[in-house]
Amino acid sequence: MIRALLCLVWLSVFVSAAAAQDLQHILQTHADEVAKPSRGSVGDVVEDLATSGSPRAALFLEQWAEKNVWRDDASGRFFFASEDGETLALTDIDSGAETTAPADGFTQIKPNGGVRRVISTVLVQFQLSDPDAERRKAALESIARRGNATQLEPLIASLDTETDPDIRARKEQLITFLTARFGDDPEKRVAAIKSLSSDTSVEVRAALSQILASSTGVAPTRPEGNIARIIDPTNTPDAAYAELVEAGLAPPAVTASELRAELEANIVEGRVGGVPVAQLDTKAARQKAYSALAEAGIVPPLVTEDDKLEALSSHVFYEVYDEGNPAITDAARETLDAVETRVGWAQSVDLTLDGLSLASIYFLAAIGLAITFGQMGVINMAHGEFIMMGAYTGYVVQLIVPDYTLSLVMALPLAFAITFGAGVAMERLVIRHLYHRPLETLLATFGISIALQQIAKNIFGTQARPLTSPDWLGGALVISDVIQISYIRIAIFVLAMIFLCLLLYILKRTRLGLEVRAVTQNPGMAASMGINPDRINMMTFGLGSGIAGVAGVGIGLYAQVTSEMGANYIVQSFMTVVVGGVGSVFGTLAGAGLIGFLQKGIEWLNPSNTLAAQTYMILFIILFIQFRPKGIVAPKGRAAGD
Amino acid sequence: MKINPWNIIGATALGLTALPAMAQDCPVKVGVLHSLSGTMAISETTLKDTMLMLIDQQNEKGGVLGCEIEPVVVDPASDWPLFAEKARELLTVNEVDVIFGSWTSVSRKSALPVLEELNGLMFYPVQYEGEESSKNVFYTGAAPNQQAIPAVDYYLEELGVEKFALLGTDYVYPRTTNNILKQYLMDKGIPEDDIFVNYTPFGHSDWSTIVSDVVELGEDGSFVGVVSTINGDANVGFYKELAASGIDSADIPVVAFSVGEEELSGFDTSNLVGHLAAWNYFQSADTPANEEWIAAWKARMGEDRVTNDPMEAHYIGFNMWVNAVTEAGTTDVDAVREAMYGQEFPNLTGGTAVMLPNHHLTKPVLIGEITADGQFDIVSQTEEVPGDAWTDYLPESAVLVSDWKDLGCGMYNTETETCVQMTSNY
Amino acid sequence: MTQTRRSFVQRNPSVLWFMAAIGLFTALVAVMSEATGAGLISTSFVKTLGKTLCLCLVAIAMDVVWGYCGILSLGHFAFFGIGGYAIGMWLMYARTEMIVTESLANQTIPATPQEISDAIGNQIFGVVGSSEFPAIWTFADSLAMQLAFVVLVPGLLALVFGWLAFRSRVTGVYLSILTQAMTLALSLYLFQNDSGLRGNNGLSGLQNIPGFQDSGQDIISLVFFLASSAALGLGYLLFAWITDSKMGNIIRAIRDDEARVRFLGYHVESYKLFVFTITAVIAGLAGALYYPQAGIINPAEIAPIASIYLAVWVAIGGRGRLYGAVIGAALVSLLSSWFTGGGAPNINLGFYTIQWVDWWLVLLGFTFVLVTLFAPQGIGGLFDKLVRKS
Repeated sequence: MIRALLCLVWLSVFVSAAAAQDLQHILQTHADEVAKPSRGSVGDVVEDLATSGSPRAALFLEQWAEKNVWRDDASGRFFFASEDGETLALTDIDSGAETTAPADGFTQIKPNGGVRRVISTVLVQFQLSDPDAERRKAALESIARRGNATQLEPLIASLDTETDPDIRARKEQLITFLTARFGDDPEKRVAAIKSLSSDTSVEVRAALSQILASSTGVAPTRPEGNIARIIDPTNTPDAAYAELVEAGLAPPAVTASELRAELEANIVEGRVGGVPVAQLDTKAARQKAYSALAEAGIVPPLVTEDDKLEALSSHVFYEVYDEGNPAITDAARETLDAVETRVGWAQSVDLTLDGLSLASIYFLAAIGLAITFGQMGVINMAHGEFIMMGAYTGYVVQLIVPDYTLSLVMALPLAFAITFGAGVAMERLVIRHLYHRPLETLLATFGISIALQQIAKNIFGTQARPLTSPDWLGGALVISDVIQISYIRIAIFVLAMIFLCLLLYILKRTRLGLEVRAVTQNPGMAASMGINPDRINMMTFGLGSGIAGVAGVGIGLYAQVTSEMGANYIVQSFMTVVVGGVGSVFGTLAGAGLIGFLQKGIEWLNPSNTLAAQTYMILFIILFIQFRPKGIVAPKGRAAGD
Repeated sequence: MKINPWNIIGATALGLTALPAMAQDCPVKVGVLHSLSGTMAISETTLKDTMLMLIDQQNEKGGVLGCEIEPVVVDPASDWPLFAEKARELLTVNEVDVIFGSWTSVSRKSALPVLEELNGLMFYPVQYEGEESSKNVFYTGAAPNQQAIPAVDYYLEELGVEKFALLGTDYVYPRTTNNILKQYLMDKGIPEDDIFVNYTPFGHSDWSTIVSDVVELGEDGSFVGVVSTINGDANVGFYKELAASGIDSADIPVVAFSVGEEELSGFDTSNLVGHLAAWNYFQSADTPANEEWIAAWKARMGEDRVTNDPMEAHYIGFNMWVNAVTEAGTTDVDAVREAMYGQEFPNLTGGTAVMLPNHHLTKPVLIGEITADGQFDIVSQTEEVPGDAWTDYLPESAVLVSDWKDLGCGMYNTETETCVQMTSNY
Repeated sequence: MTQTRRSFVQRNPSVLWFMAAIGLFTALVAVMSEATGAGLISTSFVKTLGKTLCLCLVAIAMDVVWGYCGILSLGHFAFFGIGGYAIGMWLMYARTEMIVTESLANQTIPATPQEISDAIGNQIFGVVGSSEFPAIWTFADSLAMQLAFVVLVPGLLALVFGWLAFRSRVTGVYLSILTQAMTLALSLYLFQNDSGLRGNNGLSGLQNIPGFQDSGQDIISLVFFLASSAALGLGYLLFAWITDSKMGNIIRAIRDDEARVRFLGYHVESYKLFVFTITAVIAGLAGALYYPQAGIINPAEIAPIASIYLAVWVAIGGRGRLYGAVIGAALVSLLSSWFTGGGAPNINLGFYTIQWVDWWLVLLGFTFVLVTLFAPQGIGGLFDKLVRKS
């Protein structure tokens, strides 16, 4: 219906140059449709506006879609208007004369998304050769969303005057799509179709799938037409039989409840078809009674399973292309198959990227633990809360510094400093006293964890707080429609890599690292060599905590900042470290990689249930630890002692 | 009158005793059973404040039956078993005449057996999955046919959506709603393959795969629409990922059933403009009653506070209860219940809410497009739709009706013409 | 050296004291409850007390596995939950079956077994959008089988898990993390609707005991209170006997130095496995008594945090002494509900009002840190010092 209307619109534009008409007049004749537009009813008025020949018709359509049209409640006249407090700056639709009025007597017109789509489709004709490049792009976007046959010629016509190389390329691409779908010459269509085989974009697949649009049917014998395939009905016998019934080719099956209703309706002296009512509590007895009724001609005959199967096998279930020309559908099928193969490869690349990204997030969350737990053997259950503190630091900085880039630059070191301080304080006050009681460190830090979580709740509330990334981190790196990854995830990956290198550098190349390793391996010997184990423990713990804080900023940018965000990561982080092997940074990396890829892999196998993926992953980890208790990279040092 | 010494001791001892509630005992007590701590506190505290405001307003008007109304606020702390415990305390220890409370379905299901056992009365203000009608609960939020079905109709008719992605958090409301929607869409001729259903855990944050799955749905050129029953915080990551993939509301619109003004105040809304939500109330509804309501709320709670749909549900529910009590002349549960049927009260969005014999309301359905300031542009408003306790779109439920007034049954099988049960499914 | 073997009670005076205390307490509560007409203690408080007794029972199980054997299991609440689920399935099934058969009996034609089963399935799973019985419900119609599951499922799970873990010498914090992962996996699994146990909704309406619909909740709650109290008494006896035996000595020795015990020729793994399994079974039993009183069980109950709280109770009460676990569990859980229930008065500091609903967890957290740091023996330890002084 809409499409037919649009065809009319196009035809009338090119055939007749109707005398310019007053827009307000047209609007008033369709006042209701303009004031309360709906996708189904707006076609007429849009058509009239487009064919009015008025130079301001396009302007009106644009303003209408952008919700800038207001209506005077008293006179019913429409205006362009912009709201400024309590007053409206009005512009007359035809003359462009400007006035102001109080906003009270006016109603803003708000076309919904569906209407906006219709308007943008009609606007295409005005915008294809518009001097403003943005408008031309908008027109192309509208064609890309839902192209139709009538757009092909104007698009080709607009190509000659196109100067912008990007837009020109886009136009050529769309011309190919439209030719493939709507071209008149079958050979040109086949050529256009074949040229698409190297493109994996959603648009290409959409164009090809639409050429291959088909419908299913059933008939006693194989019908004429461009048959796509014959369907085997025995896979879904019930659905297939229902189709037969709908086509009038078989008698309807009697459902269990219908059967019971018929039996109830035909009780004669406590018996149905000779069977006593009290015995009708099995399926077989009920069918027997029903058959007796059917034989007596009281009810329609029972359709048994055998009857069903026979009916199915004596009919042909088929799928037929809407497109009549087999040459075109064959070409499209072949091309689509080729495209799908490429898409399959691209999807596995995309899945790998997703896995890599998830792994880097887990790594980032766990890297602090790799130091405190891995190097020092301290179980810090409040590690998650340090992540949370880092994220809230980012949030608070954003409240004070409105520039997102600047606030991010400030938040990272600040988060490090704050959580470093908190870590050192915790080490001095609590953990120091518990080095010889590791299980109790776990409990004490858990106490700190619930206290910190609740304090955060009391300060910031339970609602998620926004941590907004700067614009240059918005959007995604698009390699193709299938392979893309958001910049924020890339940033997290980079952050994780930086930390990895930094940590390796500190541990292997600096004095601090040497001392940390010495204290890890033998604190007594290290102390007698003039190293102060207390200071080293404090610094190491602070470093691990500080890194957790920075990780919190990163995680907050891509997800949500809540008081419970740390708790969501803590179990997984510990498992990452344990799976990887305590005491080795590379082990943590391997653990994060294993868990990230594993989770994505399971998700891919069962896409409709993300929760199952997490469950199976944890089960896998439990089993993995049973068989390789020391992790992927076996630990050395203090942690290896037990 | 005989004096029972045990009763005297009982009444004096710690106030822990359970005497039958006497009608017209002053003051009239109203229990407020909303979580003030734990995960649901953010949503439910607002409703507690709403109730306190409504009670204050009513007391200024002279209370009810010549008595002052006294709120009894308890905190079930987002802990589902506690809802049963606190409901019992409210009914037996505090002896309240009515309870306003609960948010999640599981908390309601937890309190239900207690309410039915002790013949209490509860008003439940949140949109829910239906498939329930208890004698002791009035459902003032939306049933699926008052929110989900009209939203999908809007997709089909106004936007022309051809493929559906039903994304939800894995719990009962999304599960049941999506089941109903899937059946409804299939009845409307949408092939099963064109409906993608996915469930994620609470607080899910890793959305990239799911978003690309949704985008892939459009690979045959169909217009894809997302129906989101994603709950709470997880929405933040979802909308962020959607925006990062360069998808705006014109490409793939999202209609959400659990995102309202309150939730939006925690989001960065610039990415969300044009996406949709379906409710029975929006703060942006332009009526004098709503203006007054918002003004009173802001005056009490602060300028930056917003109003939302469940608040309106309490507003209607409380006022109807007051009217029913006045009509019945007592706070006795059975008398009030009888008086509730057919109660009318104006909605804040215009039109009138009517309490039906199935304990649900008639409500208009509003669809709003999210604007940059965290409010909604109302783009569609229906007539009042009567709430349906048992959905017509699932075969097992289609034969069931609820009618407490004439049939005296909340789960009546029209096929066998019997009452399946008097209590509810918990 | 003359060795006069003193009697069990002489060696464990606390058992006698404990039995007397719990007996007195139970009798008092029973007399004052609504069921006897006195009504001095409301039914809801009887339920709270009954639930607390169940928590005390699981806490002594935790104390044996951690305080005596040194295995810090952060997964014992999972066994508690499994017990609850096992009994909950029967409670739900039997109650629904009664309602359904009653309603179907009114029909003109008797129902087929298939129809009855469909109707029950629809009632139970209708709220989560399904009507078919998952395989896990196969024995839900049999009380005997489900009661057996209360014991068998936690027992078997603990046996398999423990065997795998102890065999590969997973000890210390690694084992803690592993048990925590187990309970996390279980709760995530149960959160799924596909688990067949109604997902996030869990099993509800469990306080309505089939066959007792005519007795009010006052009677039912009292019966469960008495049962919980008996279970706690018996559990206490059992664990006191185990820890007092020769095996108890070995178990304590494992806690203190596992390697040395192994070199002495004991098969450490078997002892640990025994303790891990028997405590899991008792935890399952405690759960089976707890959830009919709570009325609802859902996966949030067995989230990792619940098991950690269990450890907190035991630590605050005092490890390595059974009464310590009871004191800790009862005190902390009752205090928790007092503070979060708004029972505690708010403290006005002038510039800020401390509302205990918000600040209780902070207080608990820091108290816990202090207890760990300065009173590692918990309240029980202080109590012991007092007894020894006097």
